[in-house]
Amino acid sequence: MKKGMINIAILELRQSLRSFWFWGYSILFGGFVAIMFAFGITESQIIGFVGLGRLMVTFMQVSMVILPIYILISTVRAVVGDRETNVMEYMLSLPISFSGYYWGKFWSRLIEIFIPVFLALLGAALWGSFTNIGVPWDLFIFYSLLLIAMVVCFLGIAMYISAMAHSQNLAISAVFILWLLLVAFLDLILMGVMLKTRMDPQIVIFIGMVNPLQVFRTATLALFDPKLTVMGPASFYILDTVSRSIFIVFAILYPILLGFGFASLGNRYFKRNDIV
Amino acid sequence: MINNEKTALVAANGLSKLFKDQVVVDHLSVEFFSGERISLSGPNGAGKTTLIRCILGQYVYDGQLEVMGGDPRIQHEEIMKDIGFVPQIPPPLKMTVREMLVFFSKLTGTPEDVFSKIVMDLGLQINEHLHKPFLKLSGGMKQKLLIAFALGRNPKILLMDEPAANLDPEARKVFFKYLEAFNKDALMILCSHRMSEISSLVNREIEMDLGKIVVDRIVKVK
Repeated sequence: MKKGMINIAILELRQSLRSFWFWGYSILFGGFVAIMFAFGITESQIIGFVGLGRLMVTFMQVSMVILPIYILISTVRAVVGDRETNVMEYMLSLPISFSGYYWGKFWSRLIEIFIPVFLALLGAALWGSFTNIGVPWDLFIFYSLLLIAMVVCFLGIAMYISAMAHSQNLAISAVFILWLLLVAFLDLILMGVMLKTRMDPQIVIFIGMVNPLQVFRTATLALFDPKLTVMGPASFYILDTVSRSIFIVFAILYPILLGFGFASLGNRYFKRNDIV
Repeated sequence: MINNEKTALVAANGLSKLFKDQVVVDHLSVEFFSGERISLSGPNGAGKTTLIRCILGQYVYDGQLEVMGGDPRIQHEEIMKDIGFVPQIPPPLKMTVREMLVFFSKLTGTPEDVFSKIVMDLGLQINEHLHKPFLKLSGGMKQKLLIAFALGRNPKILLMDEPAANLDPEARKVFFKYLEAFNKDALMILCSHRMSEISSLVNREIEMDLGKIVVDRIVKVK
């Protein structure tokens, strides 16, 4: 499995380096950091966030908006697309195991998606230390871990849907609906439902904590003072109920486990069913 | 069809494949032996491609199927080391010709030169196309590359689904010469609608219809 997986991952990475979307995506995140510096975001102060910490929080907020839907839409065609276009018929007539093929795609996508975002964040930190802004390295490490957790989470979900779907159109529709649902169960709608139905706050917390988007949103702000106005009601409830350090560990481990769990289920389905 | 002197490289026993309620391969029991050169014919929907895909381990099936003594679903990677395949429709691979050479060479342990030589013999000046993506090549060029990757590996089983469909007459001649000279101990299965073209190559003719074998006969190589 290992040889085939490595060969597939290298092949996919090489192809990505030539693709327009990869460079567009990389420039988007790199450019975003550059724009934030250029517009002096590190010198502004809003609700306690200042310096590079403010830039990093803003960067994470933007990542949370862009990354999940980007990962879902761009990855969900990985398996079902190859199946529909006969690429898989040919590639899997070569000495590559089904799992090697599947995980090769997974790892290459993980690298392709994570590295540009991470480099943008690292670039900001390096520029910060070069210009003596003062780099909150603990925040940098935490956000890097959160980013990889976010990438693994949505990548795993997308690979699972891709392995299960019978057509690319169906797969894209499925991830779009999923994303809408996750967005719908963020703070505002969740609180609206709670108020309307007089729902038990514990249920709200539970729904918030299983929603990876909410977990990222809360975790991004968890290192700062939990103020209701900044964090939103669900995050406030969560951090008011669960200890902050436990939540930080949870926010990194839960999405990673969720992502690998879904990816493994996708692989299981993939290797036990028709592959063309 | 029994051939006691040779080893059965493919052995199907009650092999069936259904898509929803439609039976595409219907309780097929057949053995293909080393040294056999089989023409597999039949109308569209007869089950030829499905049978090939079962041999490649790409479908879940009912019944038993052994390829080189193993289960092509379970020992897929091991079994595919000894199978060369040319599909009916060239896949839209994004990798460049150069990347393909490196990829196939690494994966199969066959030197790149071996593939390049076959491609050149088939009339494609590969060096002029090394940096082009495979999917941007013409149908004939794609076919030549796929043939080279299948033949160059010197597999024990060669599966070809309409391999000569896109080849120009000159390349077709060279291709058939390669097939003639191909490892006599290998099993070769050729799917084609142009039977006259491959009849001189084969020593067994199989015709399928509605998922069953309707004709199976040994023929003398002309």
